[in-house]
Formats: sequence, structure tokens, C-alpha cells
Amino acid sequence: MDTKRGILLLMVFATLFLLVGCPSAPSPTPMPTATPTTPPKPFRVAVVMPSAINDLAFSQSMYDALVAIQNKMGKDKFEFAYSDGMFVVDDAAAAIRDYATKGYDLVIAHGSQYGSSLVEIAPDFPNTSFAWGTTVDTFTDKGINNVFAYEARSEQGGYVLGVIAAKLSKSGVIGVIGPIETGDAKLYVDGFRAGVLATNPDAQVNVNWTGSFSDVALASEAAQTHINAGADTLTGTAQMVVGAIGVAKEKGVLWFGTQSDQASLAPNIVVACQVYDWTVVLDEMINLIKGGTRGGKAFAITLANKGLTIKYNPGYTVPDDVKSLASETIQGIVDGSISVKVE
Amino acid sequence: MHKGVARGTRFRPFIGSLFWALTPLYATVLALLVGAVMLLLLGVNPLQAYSAMVSGAFGSSNALADTLVKATPLLFVGLGICIAFRGGVLNIGGEGQLVAGAVAATAVALSLSHWPGWAIIPLCLTVGFLAGAIWGGIAGVLKAYLNVNEILSTIMLNMIAVQGMNFLLRGPLMDPMQVEAGSFIPQTARFSVTTDLPRLVPTRLHAGTALAVLLAVLVYIFLWRTTIGYRIRAVGLNPDASRAAGINVERYMMLSLILGGALAGLGGAVQVLGLHHRMFTDGSATGFTGGAGFNGIVAALFGKLHPLGTIPASILFGALIVGANQMQRAVQVPSSFITALNGLVVVFVVGSDILSRRRARRAVGQA
Amino acid sequence: MIAQLFSLTTLIGVLTAGIRLATPYLYATIGETLGQRSGLVNLGVDGIMLMGAYAAFFVTFKTGNLVLGLLVATMVGGLLGLVMAFFSVTLRAEQGITGIGVYLFGLGMSNLLFRKTLGTVETVSGFPPIHIPFLSDIPVLGPIFFSHNILVYGAFALVPVSWFLLNKTTLGLKIRAVGDNPKAADSLGVSVAGVRYFTEIVGGMLEGIAGASLSIALLNVFQENLTSGMGFIAVALVYFGGWRSVGALAGAILFSMVNALQLWLQVIGIRIPPDFAIMMPYVLTIVVLAFTAQRVRAPAALSKPFERGEG
Repeated sequence: MDTKRGILLLMVFATLFLLVGCPSAPSPTPMPTATPTTPPKPFRVAVVMPSAINDLAFSQSMYDALVAIQNKMGKDKFEFAYSDGMFVVDDAAAAIRDYATKGYDLVIAHGSQYGSSLVEIAPDFPNTSFAWGTTVDTFTDKGINNVFAYEARSEQGGYVLGVIAAKLSKSGVIGVIGPIETGDAKLYVDGFRAGVLATNPDAQVNVNWTGSFSDVALASEAAQTHINAGADTLTGTAQMVVGAIGVAKEKGVLWFGTQSDQASLAPNIVVACQVYDWTVVLDEMINLIKGGTRGGKAFAITLANKGLTIKYNPGYTVPDDVKSLASETIQGIVDGSISVKVE
Repeated sequence: MHKGVARGTRFRPFIGSLFWALTPLYATVLALLVGAVMLLLLGVNPLQAYSAMVSGAFGSSNALADTLVKATPLLFVGLGICIAFRGGVLNIGGEGQLVAGAVAATAVALSLSHWPGWAIIPLCLTVGFLAGAIWGGIAGVLKAYLNVNEILSTIMLNMIAVQGMNFLLRGPLMDPMQVEAGSFIPQTARFSVTTDLPRLVPTRLHAGTALAVLLAVLVYIFLWRTTIGYRIRAVGLNPDASRAAGINVERYMMLSLILGGALAGLGGAVQVLGLHHRMFTDGSATGFTGGAGFNGIVAALFGKLHPLGTIPASILFGALIVGANQMQRAVQVPSSFITALNGLVVVFVVGSDILSRRRARRAVGQA
Repeated sequence: MIAQLFSLTTLIGVLTAGIRLATPYLYATIGETLGQRSGLVNLGVDGIMLMGAYAAFFVTFKTGNLVLGLLVATMVGGLLGLVMAFFSVTLRAEQGITGIGVYLFGLGMSNLLFRKTLGTVETVSGFPPIHIPFLSDIPVLGPIFFSHNILVYGAFALVPVSWFLLNKTTLGLKIRAVGDNPKAADSLGVSVAGVRYFTEIVGGMLEGIAGASLSIALLNVFQENLTSGMGFIAVALVYFGGWRSVGALAGAILFSMVNALQLWLQVIGIRIPPDFAIMMPYVLTIVVLAFTAQRVRAPAALSKPFERGEG
């Protein structure tokens, strides 16, 4: 074929396509608020998440919370839509904008990498509430007042798990597997390390970063390396740790989880998990929005507000003295007598 | 090549070539039909899904802008691929080169934030171009002088670029506010507004898209109207004959990798200056590039490795991605369906190419 | 600290981990090598691995039968190899692009099926380590070489088998002939298309097994994007190995051992930023190849479709 001519035609066609496509739907989709139903319309939430809703980690914690709220409020009063696997930031931005256009009451950008997109989108939809996590920044300094911020003080639960780990470890060597040393993962690991060292200053905490959130094989090999280096207790964060849990199970070393309850993967060796329960902050946000406040407030799930809970695995018996030490630690963090520092 | 065919075309052949030029489109439709079966299995109405897809890609000025914004990095990478492929090398380092260009432009934008826009923007773009050239050039030097295959080196360089980016974004380049607030999100501060590429219309559409189209013309001129471009194509078509004709084959392969990298690097710089206004990482390259390093290869091939053909091909592919995401939201299918559908489209389109080639040969036979 | 790095524990750890990690790369790299020797480039290895990993996991999870799981993964891999071959050989499509399409399809499809059939991350008990009397009990060497499961041994056994196939059999001769000079092979009555279909299907099967080695032998879980780009590394290792089985072995071992080593560096607490440690296997693979690369000649017809009567 005459390539040049073909390409020219392809271009002409593409141009036509664009020209025809554009005016056929000139205005943005009208808000679906026009539905003339008499019963109060349901509260509608949309969430955009970087990983899958079944990642047993960060995204699943939010999905589970929304399901829980829906079960509590009823399907007629609470609806939610989600876009998961939105690790491409500009795709996520398009999703956030689209959900806002569709008139959702609250649009949650569940990924710290979405912030720069949100700061551009939020001012265009003053009647929509947005929530961004995990962060503390609500952009009020930029004159934006319809963005809530939320974060997880994962160093708190990390600290408690560290205390338990230090008590249960016989070798005094504890291995940690993380993705990259930033954000939520860094907070958790720093807290965990502080908890271990506060309980047993002679303990050795080895940390392995795999450089990826998804490399299951490398996480598994990192766990092997920790065990070979003498670790009898492991913890880790991000979705790739399922590989490490498998190794822990096979070798019979203890595992501490975070973000979601991971006991189902290895019922015999998972001691406890720090579980994120976002319903605490979501409930509060929903109430504020219903009361007319659309943003400007930063929330955190903490041990104090029960957004973070230490969930023991019923399949593993923790000695009572360790359990009571853990409860004391939780109490200490809640009343402020223990402060968890991150570097 | 087939000049003889083009000469003396009348109306009927014109319709004929229009028909055949659009084979990628038919193949896309066929792939979407297979996708419709999958949608039915997922319990979703395909009509509803695909109408959401079309309106998501073209249905409003915002949608259209999103499509063009999505197409922009594909075009930058695709243009680099045109040069590299024509020069006989397969550059699959687009991801790493986008990242290299973006990070370099970021460093400059952050450190010279007090400069005026007319100075800082060209500087950032140049630096991104050069960083991409260096990243592609490493693969080029390795190939030309040390016989290291470019597929191997570009795959490895992608991973190296990501780790370098992670290091910089959680260290020296991290937003000081993140450290202060104790949230340690691996991203830089927002650049000064002076670095923002001008917006073309009140949407996300930025001047980088126009720059990419301009570059497509320049790359066309470069490849077909300059001696260097001619030699690059000669090396790609027949390295042995080129060597016999006194062309330094290795050096021209290196050059095409450098130029391919440079264009991708420029694309990376445009992404940060035009779209994100800051650099961030989710641990992988894809969070930032959106897979443009790979999709750009596909776009270039859809465009028959012609710089101008890559323009509509990038738009088609950008529309597909943007529209598919809209479809995901409209009918709430898992996003992995979109990835699978994307793969189907690529396979069908590339497979359909035989139809137009067969016809081309028949035409040559008649002439 | 440095002394710890040279301790016996570390050495055994690195070597054992290197052998384990090399397993999926070996299957996939040798599979890809077969295809490339006959002139076909397949960039879709990662997608085929993912489909194999999912298939093996799903079947094993539902039936508890590991062999059946492995078998199904092999079949799924072979099927995708057939698809690749159809596009590359029969339709003579641009191979690099077909591969990217197959990769995207496998990535999306494996995760979609995972979502719809399993819903959440589950575990299976995979192939257990095989205890070989005497050999496994040798100090140092025992744990390094003889503490693995059947698929690990299979991967290493594949190296001599594929070498023999390529270099000592008529079929191997045909494969090489088709990859180097399809026109001549064709004129001697070798079916170029037939040979290429064969290598691509067998290659796909091996890539399916590579995925299965992750999901039912080494990791025993399935999760979205389980391979995390391993298939691309496997393609790179084909070039490292210079299209030879032994070269593939060298590449897979080098890459894996350096990866194991960087994990140890972090655990021991050597003060380098983890990002640079993680870079090591990628950098070293390039550097080693740069210093050792002979003028290895690629199969002359690599990535070029063949058609009778074409110049």
C-alpha cells in the first residue's frame, strides 16, 4: 500500500472523528441530582484506589470499611462505587474528576500519590466533598475547603506489635520486610522497630526493602534471608508480603501483619495484626458533610479512636503476661505516656 | 518505495486505500466484540459499557482533552520508537527514559524556581531531552562498543531508573513539608507556577501536546529529508549493504537509540511540567508513565512507524485507555478487564496488518 | 559486619536463594531461547507466566492435585504459545508488538480470573522439598543443592536437555536452520512454519511451568501481577546467554545470586541506601555482559517473518 497516502487518510479520519465526537455531546453530564424521588436520596461515595480491593492490605482496608458502612446504613441509604487498580496517577485523576461530575457526595482519593491531582480538581466542584489519604494536608492554605485528609498512625500499632514481637522472639533477631522507605510503610516500620527496642534493647531488628509493592518473589526471598540470619519473628507491609507469610508458615516462624487481617493465610503462625478500620473517620466525614461541612479537617485513625486495632489471631495463643503488656502499651500510647517517634 | 502505485490514482483506488488505511480500526472493533463476550460473562451489558467508553473518550471537551493528554506521552515515545525501529534497534527502554527525563527536569524546576517561565520551561525541557538522550545513549554505547544487546540493556535500565527515582524522591528531592509533617510521601514539592506549560483551552490539555505534534513533523523531516536520517533508515533496512557503502552501522544504531531516548526523556519532562507539576513515585515506573514506554511502541507500530502516522495512532490508543477507564466506572468491572481488553486490541490490530500488506503486494503486482 | 558477609551462613544463604530464585527464570529463559533460535521473538513471556501461575494455582486450590495443576499450567502456556505462533508465523505480525499484546492480555486476564474465581488471596501447599538420602545430608552442599522441590531440579535438568535438543538432534538442527536461514531450510524441505509453531508452543509450555513454579512450588500463593515483571528479565537473559542453554543458566544464576546477595547486604546492615542495593542485579547483569560479550551472532532471521518466494 502507499504508506504515505494511507497515513494521510488515517490522519484525516482521526481529525474528523475528533470534530464529530466533540459537539455531539457538548455539555458535561448533568448532575443526577434531578431525580425527583420523594424518599431521601442515598449518600453516595466513590473511591479511587491504587491496588486491588482484595490485596489484603491498603486498598482492601478501605473497601472493607465501605462495605461495613453500607451494611450498617442499608443499601437504600448508602451507595458506593469504586475504581481499583488505579496505580496510574493521571488515570486516577480522570476517575476522581468523573465521579465528582457524576454528583457523588464524597469522592475518596485513597492514595497519597493522588494529592497533586486533587488540588486541581477540588476547586472545580465546590459542592462535592473530597477526601485524600493518607496525608495530613487538606489544602486549606490554598483556599480549598472541600477536602478532608485522613491518615493512619500506623507507627502506633507498629509499636505495639513490636513490643509483642520482642517478648515472643527467642533469638532476639526480628526481620522486617517493606516496599520502599516512605509514607505509611516507613511509619509502620519505624514504630515497630521502636517498640522492639523499647522492650528488648539487645534485640536486633533487620530491615529489608524490596523496592516494589508487588514483587511477591522478592518478599518471599527476603523472608528466607531474615530466617537464615537468625530471625524467628517477621513482619512486613504492602501487598507483596503474602510471599513472606508463605515462607514464615513453611518455616514456622511468627508473623505480625498490618493494614488488613492476614491470619487466614497462615492460621498457626500469625500472632496479631494491626487492622485499619476507616469507618471511624468515614462516619465522621459523612456526618460533617450531612451537616454542611465539606472539608478542611484532617483525620487520623489511631489506637485511641479504635480506627487502629490490634487483632489477635485466635489460632495462636499469646501468653497472658504478654497480652497484658500489650494492653498497657496501647493504654500508654492512648493516654500519651508513651510517645512513638519516627525518624 | 511504491511511488509507481501512487501515481495516477483515481477515485476508486482512493476509496480503496481509505478502506485499507482503516484496518487498525476494524481490528479494534473486532477486539471489542470479543471483549463484549467477556462483558456478557461478567454480567454486564456491553452496549452500556461501550457507549460509556465512547463518551468517556470523546463525549465532552474534558474527555477529549483527557484523550489528547493521554496520547501525548505515547506520541513522544512513539516518535523515538520510529527513529529506533527505522534504525534497526528495538528500544524497549521508554519507561526508564521517561522517568530519567522527568526526574532531571524536576531537579532543575525545583532548584531554579525563581527563574521566569520563558527561561525555565525551555531549560527544563532541554534537560529532560538530554537526560533521556543519556539514558538511551547508555544502551547505545553498550550496543555499539561492547556488543550488549539493546533489549537486555533497556529492560535493565528501566529497573535501574525506577530505583534511582525512588532514591531521589524519598531523599534529596522529597518535599520538605512531607518530612516536617511526618508523612514521608515520596513526592517533590509542587513546582513554581512559572514552570507550568501553558494550557491550550480550559481543560487539562497543555502545550506539550502541540509540541509533540510539531516534533512529529520534525522527526519526519529528519528521517526523510536529511542525510543522517537517510543513513539511519539505510542501516535499519540493510545493515550489511550500509556497511559496504561505508556507513558506520554501529554508530548510527547508537544515534538512533540516543535520539529515541531523548524524545522519550522530553516526553517525561512534558509530563511533569504540563500535567503533574511535581514528581512522585508509587515504587514503580508505571504510576508515573502510565505504561507509555510500552504503549508508545504499540502506537508507533499502529502508525506504521511513520512519525505522522503515529499521531492518529497515539490518539486512538489514548482514547482507548481513557474510554476504557470510563467504562470501568460506568459498569463497575474490575480494572484488570481493561488491561486484558487492551491486550486484545493490540494483538488484533497487529495481526490485521497482514490484510493491508497483502493488498499492497497485489497493488504492486498490478502496477 | 563485613565479616558476617563472608560467613558460611551467608554463603549458603546466597547460593541456596540464588538456585531457588533462578528456577522461574530458567524455565522462561530456556523457553524463550527455543523460540528465538527458530527466529521468533516473544515479549509476552510475563503474560504467559502469569496465566500459567494462575492456572496452576486455581487447579491445585480446587483439586489439591499438584500434578494436575502443573499439567494445566503447561497446557495454558502451550495454548498461548500457539496464539503467539499463529500471529507471528501465520499472520506474520510484528512480533515485538504481538508480545506486548499477549503480555497485557495475560496480566489482565489472570487477575480478572483471580478476582472472579478466588476473590481473595489464598494459599496452597505446593511441591514439597525432596530429601535425597545422603546427598541432602552433606554439610554445606546438601542445603545448597539438595534441599529443593521437584520443579527446581526440573529447571536445572532442562539445561542439558535443551542443549542436547538444540545441538545433538535433527530437530535441533532444523530449529537452528530455520532461525538462521529459513529460505535454505525451506528449500531442503524443512517446514519453516511447522518448526516455528513447535518451538513457540514448547516455549509457551515452559513459560507456563515457570509461572507454576512460582504459584505452586516456590511461593504457593497467587496475587495480582504475581510475576512482577520477571518475564521481561527472562527475555533479557536470553540475550545475556547468547541464545545458548548454558548461557541462560549463567545469566539466571548470576541475576538471582546478586539479588539474594543484595537482600543479605540489607539484612546485615551495610550502610548503603536500599535503592542502590536493589539496583545491583540489574547493573551487574549489564556490566558482566559488557565485559564478557563475545561477538555472539543472533539467529540471522530473528524477528523476521518468513514467506515462501520472498527475497
